Amino acid sequence: MAGFDKVVNSYEEAMAGLEDGMTIIAGGFGLCGIPEGLIAQMVKMGKKELTIVSNNCGVDDFGLGLLLHDRQIKKMVSSYVGENALFEKQLLNGELEVELTPQGTLAEKMRAGGAGIPAFYTATGVGTPVADGKEVKQFNGRDYIMEESITGEFAIVRAWKADRYGNLVFRHTAMNFNPMAATAGKITVVEAEEIVEPGELEPSEIHTPGIYVNRVIKANFEKRIERRTVRQD
Amino acid sequence: MALTRDQIAQRVARELQDGYYVNLGIGIPTLVANFIPEGMEVMLQSENGLLGMGPYPTEAELDADMINAGKETVTAAKGAAIFNSAESFAMIRGGHVDLTVLGAFEVDQNGSIASYMIPGKLVKGMGGAMDLVAGAQNIIVTMTHANKHGQSKLLEACTLPLTGVDCVKKIVSDLAVIEVKDGAFHLLERAPGVSIEEIQEKTAGKLVVNGDVPEMVF
Repeated sequence: MAGFDKVVNSYEEAMAGLEDGMTIIAGGFGLCGIPEGLIAQMVKMGKKELTIVSNNCGVDDFGLGLLLHDRQIKKMVSSYVGENALFEKQLLNGELEVELTPQGTLAEKMRAGGAGIPAFYTATGVGTPVADGKEVKQFNGRDYIMEESITGEFAIVRAWKADRYGNLVFRHTAMNFNPMAATAGKITVVEAEEIVEPGELEPSEIHTPGIYVNRVIKANFEKRIERRTVRQD
Repeated sequence: MALTRDQIAQRVARELQDGYYVNLGIGIPTLVANFIPEGMEVMLQSENGLLGMGPYPTEAELDADMINAGKETVTAAKGAAIFNSAESFAMIRGGHVDLTVLGAFEVDQNGSIASYMIPGKLVKGMGGAMDLVAGAQNIIVTMTHANKHGQSKLLEACTLPLTGVDCVKKIVSDLAVIEVKDGAFHLLERAPGVSIEEIQEKTAGKLVVNGDVPEMVF
């Protein structure tokens, strides 16, 4: 009996059940806090027609950008894309669809999706191309647009520490979208730098409770830096 | 003389107040951090989930897990907090950020801003800009008054797709400080040696000039 033990020992197990046409919610901001090994496994599995919900789409040779090489992505839902030449090419060719979504709206879509809230109203995007085709409603004299929430068949998440029950702690700004992504997947898979025994994490310092998490795998991350800026001391 | 990028940032920094929470966009707005007056406490918010952004790290401090919204490696200032993206945008959309400074392609006399998309060019996305302009209490735009071809970027109505509607309160351009209110651009200050006529000529929207307009002093 595995009980609450969510730990799996191979990437095959971690991403088992991924099929063509699925929607995957991914944590990460740029290359910071991305589930590198789970993405690599998705590349290996070669599933196509995927919809990826992620703030960005990696770079040509790292992160979600790797899924572009074999044209696995049908649609990206993101706030900022195009850090990669291949992305641009596929977009201009019409091989790739992009739904540009304001960053706060994207975070809220994941959060609401995971919380069972089908839609919400926001002032973000009122009067802009983002509002096209969306319901507008006034509250207290101000216009708001209705945004629908997002869930996915899978969520892929990177954590710093996970216990066997799937309780998670994130490290620094590698947290970003990961906690919301974790709630929005039907199957939520977590890659963690460190796996500890239940009870080792301080309960009041857990960022994501294990109830949202289905699988946990231990990983070694490359942690590539996108813009290396330093000061002389 | 038109202001340099640093001078624009320096002028924006005079709008800061002690105890302000501020979000600085990419480009000239980022430079504002270099001109925070001595003795004043200002907390910088970075929308990827950091309140209290510090300087760039030394080689020894470099950490791939510590970045700002421009994806640059940074440090956390003393008293900083780190949180998830939904929390970060709750601060922004809930109106808790005192001041947002960002760049723009165009601003119009009603305070609408176009900053993320030029049709026909590749659209990379709005990132957090739409949330910031919809949520901040006070929005200052930094920009050049006219484009490379001499055409005004301060218009009667924006021509490019909008980032936000009726939200910009102030513009610090290379030529002037302008308040946007009551459907017009109000000239508050001019760059040293720049005439009212030149500003008038490079402002396509309605410009209101009241009496002598002081020159900025640096």
